[in-house]
Order: sequence, then structure tokens, then C-alpha cells
Amino acid sequence: MLVFILKRLMLLPVLMFVFSIVSFILIQAPPGDFVTSYVAELAASGSSMDQVQIEALRNLYGLDQPAYVQYFKWISRILQGDLGLSLDFQKPISELIGQRLLLTVILGLATLIFTFMVALPIGIISATRQYSFFDYFFTVFNYVGVATPTFMTALILMWFAFSNFGITITGLFSPEFADASWSFAKAVDLAKHIWLPMVILGLDGTARLARILRANLLDELNKPYMEMARAKGMPEWKLVLKYPLRLAINPLVSSLGWYLPLIFSGSLIVATVLNLPTIGPLLLRSLISQDMFLAGTIVLTYFGLAVIGTLLSDILLAWLDPRIRMEEA
Amino acid sequence: MNPDIILSIRNLKTRFFLDEGTAKAVDGVSFDVSRGQVVGIVGESGCGKSVTIKSILGIVQKPGEVVGGEIFYRRRDDGVQEPINLRDLDDRGEEMRDIRGNEIALIPQEPMAALSPVHTIGNQLIEAVRLHRDVSREEAANICIARMGEVGISNPEERMGVYSWELSGGLRQRVMIAMALVCGPKLLIADEPTTAIDVTTQAQVLNLLRRLQKEQNLAMIFITHDLGVIAQIADYVVVMYLGRVMEQGPVDDIFHNPQHPYTSALLASIPTIHSGTREELPTIGGSIPHPFNRPKGCPFYPRCPGFIPGKCDRFTPVPSPVSDKQSVACFLHSDAAEETE
Repeated sequence: MLVFILKRLMLLPVLMFVFSIVSFILIQAPPGDFVTSYVAELAASGSSMDQVQIEALRNLYGLDQPAYVQYFKWISRILQGDLGLSLDFQKPISELIGQRLLLTVILGLATLIFTFMVALPIGIISATRQYSFFDYFFTVFNYVGVATPTFMTALILMWFAFSNFGITITGLFSPEFADASWSFAKAVDLAKHIWLPMVILGLDGTARLARILRANLLDELNKPYMEMARAKGMPEWKLVLKYPLRLAINPLVSSLGWYLPLIFSGSLIVATVLNLPTIGPLLLRSLISQDMFLAGTIVLTYFGLAVIGTLLSDILLAWLDPRIRMEEA
Repeated sequence: MNPDIILSIRNLKTRFFLDEGTAKAVDGVSFDVSRGQVVGIVGESGCGKSVTIKSILGIVQKPGEVVGGEIFYRRRDDGVQEPINLRDLDDRGEEMRDIRGNEIALIPQEPMAALSPVHTIGNQLIEAVRLHRDVSREEAANICIARMGEVGISNPEERMGVYSWELSGGLRQRVMIAMALVCGPKLLIADEPTTAIDVTTQAQVLNLLRRLQKEQNLAMIFITHDLGVIAQIADYVVVMYLGRVMEQGPVDDIFHNPQHPYTSALLASIPTIHSGTREELPTIGGSIPHPFNRPKGCPFYPRCPGFIPGKCDRFTPVPSPVSDKQSVACFLHSDAAEETE
């Protein structure tokens, strides 16, 4: 198991190197260089910059040197913890992302937990009571869940809450806590607000996972080991939870790898609609204003989350399934 | 009911209700199993052997259902008491579960498929003990290790921690036998236990089962399609065809004095060491009818050499005694017919 984890950990730097190149290509994508647009931006807002400062910036980013030197300068600054400056906000990127990253991860994990807690029982009952009313009900429910765009669900719920109860359900905090520093009261406030985006974001994934689990379980429920467990005198519910579920859940665990980053990035539109202080809306704004260093850093962050998600799901899978553990070690 | 008889099946009927039609998987099967006796059930694939034992264990799954007959069973340690009818019990209820695995244990056909690949052997063995005995994990583990030793598994302590796919076929089947024995059952049901393993290992597993059966005076139902295996292990043989019992009797009578044309044909198709190398084996002409398309009358008549037109294809023969221990369902021996439904 330890060997397995170490092997996976050694892959991390390689993956991150590849992803950092992709992010850098994104930064380089718009025409013109960063300093020129920066100067133009400053001029537009009425202030200016002297030639010495401009030259210093050009030097810092290596703008008159080949792309690989520029990449090198960028990545070595990032490795030292300097994410650079956001043009648009005139603030260090680390400052902009920090708080939002934390909230993004919290929301993502909450959504993930919600998804599994709802999808597991639905999948299990749908499979063990195949073609029952419950099964049909959730089949319909699941298709609706998959087919409705999440931002649409968000809009409908917002309208519903506002027109019926006169409350706005946007954001993750009450106004008085939005800019406050972390405290117990702020955490409680977060808990009060997070459930709605959590449900909205999790609906689609819940429907998908429940469908996958139902199909996997149906495959497992007729296996001879089920018969054997029954012949041993095992109670039915206990046996379903011990044997087929353990085997049917593996594909779900491996889906964690892509599901986690999907929650982070897929929440972009929903987060914008709901005005959530997560990374998503920031990425959208940075792309619109061509704040490429900010955009590149956010994309790199997404990559990082995806890699961590995959790593976690791999470890979890190896822990659950001895066959994978043995094969890889 | 004779006090030696621990299981008595009377006119058992199990059907599978499918969209295409109803399959009569078991259609009026009756036989008895006595203490210390090995009853072999023999028949081709799809003749209802496995469904018969699943019906006894109460583990027939939908769309299958036991629809008729009685399964009388004498519970452990109450030899004087009247036997109970297992069909009166709820399949998933506590009493039936208390009998399953505890008093009546199953040795499955394919140990590889019957063991979970993600749980250790020890985990699954201990579970079998703890479902029926109020013992700690350690005590259960000790019972399991002792049983594994008894069935000839070397290093049982070590083997508790391995997974099914790390063992050889023979060892896996020994694990299944140990698992069946952990609670000290009265009746062992072996569903083609030697089908999935090679011939040398087969012989070892058969010897082991025979030895354990003798030592513990177990009653056993042994299912196989291999008449050679039946000859080695069974005291009494039940020959099935398309869900019905064609003939049953003591093993010597069945092998040396078969009365039913189907039994005779089966025996004739066994290759012998005396036959020439290029000689063609006798086979039974035709093939097994589709379960939805059963012939009217005797299920075997389309393939039967002794077919009596106008009788076998119109009426269904019922088992009738030909001696005090042997009975045959065939119009060549008795005119007794089932009332038409």
C-alpha cells in the first residue's frame, strides 16, 4: 500500500509540470504582451508609468526573451510562492485567490459528501427493488436531474425563494459576515448558506452516481457470492451492504477523480449566477478582462485540484480493492 | 416419517415466471435423505438439480418461486419431535436463516465466484461462524483455523489473511468445504463441487468429502452430472430429467439394474476402459426440449427408445416402486399416470 502511494506521489510533479505548460500557453495566448496591455490599462485610467519601471517589468517577466525563458521565470516565481499581480484588480493574485480557494474547496467537498450521501441510498434501493414504484420514481427524477442545466436549477430556485418567501439566496455569507475575518459565528453563517449551492451543484452528480450505482449493483446482485452469503444464513440487507455494494462502489470511487474537479470548474456558471465568492466567477472575470496571469494561475489551480482528486480516489480505490493494491505494488 | 430420515421432499414444484412464459424448473420432485446417507442427484444441465437444492435452502430468487409441495426437515437435537415443513417458514425470516448455514450447509459449484474477491478468506469464514454462534472474533478465528486444518489446508493461520484469487482451485474448494463445516451442520448440500477443478484435485476433494461425511455421520445431497462421481460417493441416486425424477434407488441398483430408459441411456454413454479407441460413444438422440416448450406427457418420450405412441405423449407417468427401494416413472413398468392439469 505504501509503495502504491509513493508511486502515485512520484507522478505528481510530472503531471504538474505538464499542466503548468498548458497554463502558460493560456497566459501567452492573447496577442500583445502583458506589460504593453498593463501600460495601456494604466493610460486608460489616467495614470502612467515611467520608462524605467516599464523596463524593470519587462525584465522581470523576460518579455524580450524566448518563451521557454519566460516560462521558466514564471514557474520559478510561482514555486517561490509569488503568483504575480492581477492587472484588473491591481492586487497580488495570491491575495485574490486565497480566500476564494478555501471556499471553493469547502463547497466542493460539501457537494461531494451530499452527492454520495444521497446517491448511495437511492442507488441501493433502486437496484434491490428494481422496477418498483421507488425505482421508477427515481429513474424519472434522475433523468430530470441530469438533463436540467445546474444554472437553470439555480435560477429557478432563486426566483422561487424570492417570489414566495421574499428572500435572496445568493452568496455564501450574510452581508455582515462577507468581509469579516474567520470566526465561529462566520462558520455558522457559512453553514446556513452553503446548503443551497451544495444541493444545486450536487443534483446533477447525484443523479448520475445513483444511475451508475444502480446499474453496477444490478450486475452484482445475481453473482454466486450473493447466493453463498444467503446460504450461510446472512440477513438480506447486511449481505447487500457487505458484498455487492463493496464491489459496485469501485467505479464510483474512481469517478471521484474527475467528479471533484468537475464540481470546482463546473460550478463556474452556477457560482456566477448565485454570486458565490468562489474561484469560478473570478476566472470568468479574468478571462473577460484578459487578465491572463490571473486566469492562468486559476487554471493551474484547477489542474492541481484535479490531480489531488485523482490521487485521493486512486488511494481510496487501492484501499477498497485488494486486487488493485496487489497489481500495482 | 422414519426417525432416520432428516429431510423429506414431497412433490416439490418450483417455477420461473418469465416474460416468455413459465418454466417448470422443478416439477413434482420427491425423495428422502437419511442420517449419514449420501444422496446423489444426477441429470443433464438444466434438469432442475440446482433449483431443487435452492428450493430446499429457500434461496430461490425472483422470478423463481417454490409453488408447491413440502420440504419436511427434522431440526438438530430434536430427533423425537415432529419434523417441520421448511415451506411454512419465511425464506428471509430468522428461523430459516438459523437453519441455513448452521444446520444445512452449501458447498457451491464455483468457489471462485462464490467467494468475494475483496474480502479475505478469514473474513468470510469468521462471518459464517459468527452468524450462528455467539463467539468473539478470536474464538471464531480459532474454530475456522481448526476446520481449515481438518480439510487439509496447510498453514491455515496464514491462509486466513489471503484473498480467494491468491489460492489454487483445489484450495478454494477446500475453503468452501471448511466454510460449510464451521457450524457443524447435519446436512451438507454439495452443488457440483468438483466441476470447476481438474481431475486429480477432483479425486482429492471427493475423498475428503467422503471421509468427512463418514467421520461426522453427515447426511449429504451431492449434485453432479458425472455418473462416475456418483458411483464413487453416493449411497442412493436420484435421476432427474426436465425437472422430474425419472428413477431413484440405491446406487448399486441404479448402476446394475437401471429400469428407466433414460438411466440406461445415460449409463450406456459412459466411456469404458474396454471400448476401442476409435469407437464412437453411444449418445442419447435429440436434445433437451426448451423449458417453455415441454412435451406433453413424459418429458423424455421424444428421445426415448421405448416410446409407446398414444400413451407416453399423452399422459405423464408418476414414480412407482419396482422394488422396496427403487422407483421409476415410466409406462414400461407401471400404468400409474398423473392427473392431467
